[in-house]
Amino acid sequence: MTPLPGPFAGWFDARGWQAHPHQCAMLDRADAPALLLIAPTGGGKTLAGFLPTLVELADGLHTGLHTLYVSPLKALAADIRRNLTAPAREMGLPVRIEDRTGDTPSSAKRRQRADPPHILLTTPESLALLLSYEDAPRIFAGLERVIVDEIHALAESKRGDQLMLGLARLQSLRPGLRRVGLSATVEDPAAIARILARHPDPCEILHADPGPDPDIAMLETAEMPPWSGGGGAHAIPAVLEQVKAHRTTLIFHNTRAQAEIFFHKLWMANDEGLPIGIHHGSLAREQRQKVEAAMVRGDLRAIVCTGTLDLGIDWGDVDLIIQVGAPKNVKRLVQRIGRANHRYNAPSKARLVPANRFEVVECVAALQAAKERDLDGDPRGAGPRDVLCQQILITACAGPFDAGALYAEVKSAGPYAALSRADFDACLDFVATGGYALRAYDRWQRLKQGADGLWRLRDPRSARQIRMNIGTIQDTDLVKVRMRGRGKPLGEIEEGFAATLTPGDTFLIGGRIVRYEGLREMVVEVTRSAARKPRIAAFMGTKFATSTQLSHRILRMFRQGSWPELPDHTADWLALQREVSRLPEMGRLLVETFPHEGREHACIYGFAGRNAMQTLGLLLTQRMEALGLHPLGFVSTDYAVLIWGLERLDDPAALFAPGDLRDAFETWLGGNAVMKRTFKASAVIAGLIDRQIGGQRKTGRQATFSSDILYDTLRRYDPAHLLLGITREEALKGLVDFGRIEEMLARTAGRIDHAPLDRVSPLAAPLFLEAGRVPIDGAGAERLVAEEAARLMRAAGLAETSDHA
Amino acid sequence: MGLERIRNECAFTLAGARLAARGTGALWWADLGLMAVSDLHLGKSERIARRGGTMLPPYETRDTLARLDAEIAHLNPRIVICLGDSFDDPAAGAALEPETVLWLARLMAGRRWVWIEGNHDPGPVGLGGTHLAELHEAPLTFRHIAKPGASGEVSGHYHPKAVLRARGRPVSRPCFLHDGDRAILPAFGTYTGGLRSDMPALADLMRPEARAILTGQVPMEIPMPRRPGRRPR
Repeated sequence: MTPLPGPFAGWFDARGWQAHPHQCAMLDRADAPALLLIAPTGGGKTLAGFLPTLVELADGLHTGLHTLYVSPLKALAADIRRNLTAPAREMGLPVRIEDRTGDTPSSAKRRQRADPPHILLTTPESLALLLSYEDAPRIFAGLERVIVDEIHALAESKRGDQLMLGLARLQSLRPGLRRVGLSATVEDPAAIARILARHPDPCEILHADPGPDPDIAMLETAEMPPWSGGGGAHAIPAVLEQVKAHRTTLIFHNTRAQAEIFFHKLWMANDEGLPIGIHHGSLAREQRQKVEAAMVRGDLRAIVCTGTLDLGIDWGDVDLIIQVGAPKNVKRLVQRIGRANHRYNAPSKARLVPANRFEVVECVAALQAAKERDLDGDPRGAGPRDVLCQQILITACAGPFDAGALYAEVKSAGPYAALSRADFDACLDFVATGGYALRAYDRWQRLKQGADGLWRLRDPRSARQIRMNIGTIQDTDLVKVRMRGRGKPLGEIEEGFAATLTPGDTFLIGGRIVRYEGLREMVVEVTRSAARKPRIAAFMGTKFATSTQLSHRILRMFRQGSWPELPDHTADWLALQREVSRLPEMGRLLVETFPHEGREHACIYGFAGRNAMQTLGLLLTQRMEALGLHPLGFVSTDYAVLIWGLERLDDPAALFAPGDLRDAFETWLGGNAVMKRTFKASAVIAGLIDRQIGGQRKTGRQATFSSDILYDTLRRYDPAHLLLGITREEALKGLVDFGRIEEMLARTAGRIDHAPLDRVSPLAAPLFLEAGRVPIDGAGAERLVAEEAARLMRAAGLAETSDHA
Repeated sequence: MGLERIRNECAFTLAGARLAARGTGALWWADLGLMAVSDLHLGKSERIARRGGTMLPPYETRDTLARLDAEIAHLNPRIVICLGDSFDDPAAGAALEPETVLWLARLMAGRRWVWIEGNHDPGPVGLGGTHLAELHEAPLTFRHIAKPGASGEVSGHYHPKAVLRARGRPVSRPCFLHDGDRAILPAFGTYTGGLRSDMPALADLMRPEARAILTGQVPMEIPMPRRPGRRPR
């Protein structure tokens, strides 16, 4: 093993530290073209990544950029700059370290382009922007290494796909570039390695000692969890006890709304006034930074949070993680647990709080999986083509390019290794001409091929617009929330939620109840409210679906004769279900039908995750409507969909012929709002429509028309268009998640168990209490509007039709 | 036409003229056989591409004309008035495909056709029909942009839309606005955004008793939505 060079050994010795074996191993393999380090949080992962850089820079001879560090979080880039600058200074290294993100002042950005630091810390989006400049070859002239931090998180999203295309570009500029990936524990390190390395280069994987097994268990609560819902309010006293008994506790929730409600209730019960904060993605940056600063100072005993605290930043003294609500995904649970105790070789401690009876089962299944280190994850398909379209635009901004050379470069990016030339050409055609069946833009093409065979922007001024649209993060349309008068920003809520508010409505944001006063220039104005109960905190945040592996594990648990590992109340519940009906099985699809309160019900236990079950509900009710069964509505969870209507479903098997269901899917894709949202996201990424930047939206006349119109127009006049193809591909995952329905159909292969019952079954009962019921519109939508129109006319004292006609 | 008429249009009077707001967004004055549509914005995608913007699906002209064609076939008007901003700009008018020009010529054949000037297409275009700044057809005046204080006026320009909440769900539709003095037509073009009726430009223009007629399969009339708590001037 290479011994640490002088100043480094001295620095470690002076602190009584020893380099971790994996840190030395990284130094040993500093010359590898690609290297992936898998290490738990607190394992000195970042230093391991930077050690070879610092060693190479120690002689002070390198000029220009040496190492590029990319992380998914702006805050992480800034944090690493601080954490790296200190030891570099202490070792007396002649190294300049700077970060560059959306928050960096433009003067500093200009200087960085003219005179890059040795180490630049940035995000995938800022890198893409740098690569779009004509002087990119000069900026990256000295680049030797690139470090991708938290690559496990990036690898799951389009941000990672864009980053890997960016690395391919960098590698063309600097053929000797070495790549390093730093990852938390993942289920399939080889898949991450394939994404990281230049295709088809090999990529060695180093595993740091994973440390001792974590101490994880369910949180004992005095009260039983309720039958449905996701709040976890029953656990408030037990959670407060835990907070008192630990130094610092992170309390994770699955959605922002749940975090807000829980935080509010926690404060109502916090008689001792323990300092507890809240942190999630909808809060204003100032608010979040305040909480982060208090956390770093050690002022807080607990933070109620969401996925925003999943990554990176070192919080120091966290010694307990509480997860409220089923973790949905074992890998994320394990990574969250790793947030506790950043000291290496001390076990992390975590407690789970199932929010309802079914989640008890899911939590137990997740605990078992975590103990067996059986992590989940769905393999990501080929790199999405909307991201490729954007990459072609970025490349064109930087200068003229050869299509064949760009194709070769793109194929060297792991996610795009299997890209066909035909698919590439279709993307290039879309970017250049719009790719329409009607060749309308011959004169106004975006890209033109010159006599030299190279492609370039027709109008160089369009580079500005392209740069403004760089990135793949899909922001829902958010509007800012401010206190009236003082203009203090509180955070953001979804525009759709804002549209449902009327003056006087109260909701929670940042842990306080506010009263909606009105919308002014796309800013929601609120005032303080003395109400003790908010109307609702229904901004959405992310809703995760229970993973395929965890769903399967639950189905396997159902096969057991008894459940000693479950609390009695839950084991009894399952036993009763087996007695009066049956338990769902892995290879079969259970459909219960029963009458209840004058309506016929059907409950389908698909176990395909909430997004797919929602889609299944929409598809099945559509088919039932066609069959004259008059469905009236449905509600879905991660496990089941409950449909009610006027007629009894006598032959469920007829509903599940896979061919029919796929046909229904095709038809349904048409006008569905979820599909339109999917289309919009891809249209923005591919450069068809401009990203709307929060607050800059036009409020004047002829505001930008909706992307829905473009979607409808394309479907009507150009159904084979590339963007519709991309949209259908996206519909297999994400919000539509038809891929999980396919998985369910394959798993059950037409083996349908119909259980006709005379009353609600134990397993179906909680579904009656679920929120999020979806009424079936069909022709009913018009009727709803007509009803409201009539009501408004009556309220205004006007006749229903104009009397002077 | 009986029942069908009740479903597809919503009647109102303006300065004594009996008018019908069609669910399609066209205005129909049956006594004169006069049909008016506003803000077709033909050639919009071409103009955006020409200016170095994105290349939108180039089908909006075809879609707009198909709907116009259907409306003309249905009503067989003697007079058609295009209330301005018929073309996204003069160059867009000049760049129309030959087949589009033929299509328009076929629609114009056998009837009086008036192009009112708009702010997007002020000059005359090389097509048939009459070009006017405004048209008086007693008791009404047709112009592109409403003049404060006018009465018996039919205009377009603003692309009005109304938002109402059907059982909590916000529904937004292009709409007609009318208040006894004036009527404002929704935009007929496919790629046209909308201006909410509660924005000051419209809220201040329309009288307090103004109503909105929502376009759609079944046009529906409601009091013009305004911002709560804001008193109309």
